[in-house]
Amino acid sequence: MAEDELHPKAAAAAARRPADDEAFKRELVQLIPHLRAFARTLCGDPAAADDLAQDAMMKAWDARASFQMGTNMKAWTFMILRNQFYSEKRRSWRQSQLDQEAAERTLVAVDDPEAPVALDELRQGLAMLPPEQREALILVGAGGFAYEEAAEICGCAVGTVKSRVSRARRALHVILDEGAYERDGAAAGDAMKSILADAERLSTVR
Amino acid sequence: MIEQRPSEERRRSSAAMDEARLRQQAIGVRLRQMFDEVVNEQVPEEFLEILRRADSRSSENG
Repeated sequence: MAEDELHPKAAAAAARRPADDEAFKRELVQLIPHLRAFARTLCGDPAAADDLAQDAMMKAWDARASFQMGTNMKAWTFMILRNQFYSEKRRSWRQSQLDQEAAERTLVAVDDPEAPVALDELRQGLAMLPPEQREALILVGAGGFAYEEAAEICGCAVGTVKSRVSRARRALHVILDEGAYERDGAAAGDAMKSILADAERLSTVR
Repeated sequence: MIEQRPSEERRRSSAAMDEARLRQQAIGVRLRQMFDEVVNEQVPEEFLEILRRADSRSSENG
């Protein structure tokens, strides 16, 4: 955060009126379902995801004085949630290793047999993507964010988000086509490695 | 850089591209569906409770 931001922030906190808090809270409450959905894609496990979403909600509330009303609160809260997720992960790598297992355990079968891509296949396919590709794809493809907003949330360049999204799309396509999501221990892992290598090659050749 | 290809191959590759595009659309629809499924869930009361508690805490502190 830039140093010159400190001053106006302090001023905003001092000038804060109850009506501002009310407006902030109303908007925050409306974002809860979206925070939960984003947290679910990061954590997999619904209970852990709700914990994360609650933490993010409280962080946003505590930081409300630094939020400029009228700017994009959804992107702002998603950024908070994401930072929270990765700082927790840093604290506990062991926990993060369980994420994928949790994601696989909590798959819910709500399949429409007619659908070309089954939902649990998609979930498993997503679980196989590198995390930075997965989150970029989810923000843009499901969260409704523009590339620029997703870049802000992830703290990276717009071009980086674009390339992550397109790699994620390509890799998912291959995973779903080849049925590599069918977890078969080491075999699936090996298949995944070659898929990712292919996706990487395809995205650089062009 | 334009590559000369036999037309049969070109036709096949454009059909494959169409199929890939359709496939991507299907994935996109499913992705939104997966996300919206959670968005449409009822928010657990706990969330609002936590926010209410924080609210009264902050008004006590001034």
